[in-house]
Amino acid sequence: MSMNASRSALDCVAHHVRNVPRSGIRDFFDIVSTMRDVISLGVGEPDFDTPWHVREAAVFALERGATHYTSNLGLLKLRQAIARYVKSFFGVEYDPESEILVTVGVSEAMDLAVRALVNPGDEVLYHEPCYVSYRPLVTFAHGTPVAVETRMEEGFRLTRSMLEQRASHRTRLLILNFPNNPTGAALREQEVREIAAFAIDRDLLVLSDEIYSELTYGRRHISLLSQPGMRERTILLHGFSKAFAMTGFRLGYACGPAELIEAMMKIHQYTMLCAPVLSQEAAIEALKQPDRDVAEMREEYDRRRRFIAASFREMDLPFVMPEGAFYAFPCVAGLGLPSKEFVLRLLKEEKVAAVHGTAFGACGEGHIRCSYATAMEDIKEAMARMARFIERLQK
Amino acid sequence: MNELLRLLMINARESVENLAKMLDRTPDEVRAEIADLEKRGIIRGYQAILNEDALGNDRVMAIIEVKVTPEREGGFNHVAMRASRFPEVVSAHLVSGQADLLLFVEGRTLKEVATFVSEKLAPLPGVTATTTSFLLKTYKKHGVLMETPDEYERIQVSP
Ligand SMILES: Cc1ncc(COP(=O)(O)O)c(C=O)c1O
Repeated sequence: MSMNASRSALDCVAHHVRNVPRSGIRDFFDIVSTMRDVISLGVGEPDFDTPWHVREAAVFALERGATHYTSNLGLLKLRQAIARYVKSFFGVEYDPESEILVTVGVSEAMDLAVRALVNPGDEVLYHEPCYVSYRPLVTFAHGTPVAVETRMEEGFRLTRSMLEQRASHRTRLLILNFPNNPTGAALREQEVREIAAFAIDRDLLVLSDEIYSELTYGRRHISLLSQPGMRERTILLHGFSKAFAMTGFRLGYACGPAELIEAMMKIHQYTMLCAPVLSQEAAIEALKQPDRDVAEMREEYDRRRRFIAASFREMDLPFVMPEGAFYAFPCVAGLGLPSKEFVLRLLKEEKVAAVHGTAFGACGEGHIRCSYATAMEDIKEAMARMARFIERLQK
Repeated sequence: MNELLRLLMINARESVENLAKMLDRTPDEVRAEIADLEKRGIIRGYQAILNEDALGNDRVMAIIEVKVTPEREGGFNHVAMRASRFPEVVSAHLVSGQADLLLFVEGRTLKEVATFVSEKLAPLPGVTATTTSFLLKTYKKHGVLMETPDEYERIQVSP
């Protein structure tokens, strides 16, 4: 590439992209991947392989010649299966012909939704600590991300008054993610009702990333869509990555009012064309016996969750008992190290990888994310090593 | 099924301390419940699951289908219990289909198993026919694969 001498290649990168930092997870990954024998609590995907009957269906589809494009919205048969599933799980009906879009993971669905809804300068409310993509996606769409901080004291749940404090007349969109990555927080009925009322009073659109909704412990997931008046202003984002252990299939979907889905479909049509057909075939199979597959994995996550919680108690680490997803977010602030330094030393000295809370927003300082999507044997060893490390720090 | 039993079925050697953490109970409670389950005869024993092919163990195992004329009182139970008392019989089940009983019989050699069938099993009162199939290779046992397929590696840190 030949370039004007006074201009570096970096100068050519669009400003709004250049100013977005790489994900902190990415940097940490680069360090971990140079080391051997690390036990990782840093993984944001299930350790289970995809249930065998689903993999087998994908192989069968390949043999049958499922190697072509599908309709932009996704296979109708899959959209019908999604409609049935969403109706039974979330209690909301969507028309498979016009209100469901199959995407390359919730990642793509989120990107499409933000791009389809945000005008330059619109403010988008989201809560931190949160999944790493929300803020950058809003920035890429020339919107203004506005973070609402959740705190350990309130169990990392979101309340109306927190939202009110950061809302303005330019707020247009609210992004929600409960059960939450990285805190494991899930909302209670009361909060869901208040947040819905907030969205209605302010006439906001809502993107609800409910990708962990099957993975709740002790109480059933309460969807934002359960609230009256929410269906017409909400896009539900869901997928197969977490509950069905299908991350590598890269398959998700968006459900919402036809006009909004149509807008997202336009971007999807021109940028992605369609989600991979093999993954769509596998997803049809996954939805045939969702309860059984999910129940088995949920039980195992629950055991690990209790184990990890008991271990934190023994270490005297303050934490909120996670109620969903597969993450715990204990507080290590009392040990005198910033969380980034804590995880780097834990990695170096004990070969345990956890992710610093600040990778999920500045207010994650003082916390680390420990994923329990890791085999029980590894969790036991990791907890023993972490206890040893903390004991040394306290000396 | 009881959650504790489920954990023990996955790994009967799990320490009581770890079981307690997974169940959110105290070690003493867990210890007491295990003792109770043993006493009530629900837990009947603990065994290792071996890959005998890899062990180079040349013991033979056969599946014996047994046809039985049921007795007027007791049906198949009497014959089944009599057969089960032989130490050679590793497991015994009443089944539907062609045969009535399905036995897993172990011996040191083919001959030993064949002799056991012809001299001990077939002559049992009520037994009308037996069919013997020798096991050649075991792929999976008690829900455990006998060979671990190559693991596909997960990346170690992801969002
Ligand atoms: C909250 C949340 N949303 C979305 C995603 C991305 O999911 P997908 O694999 O469907 O793109 C993740 C993955 O970690 C997540 O934690």
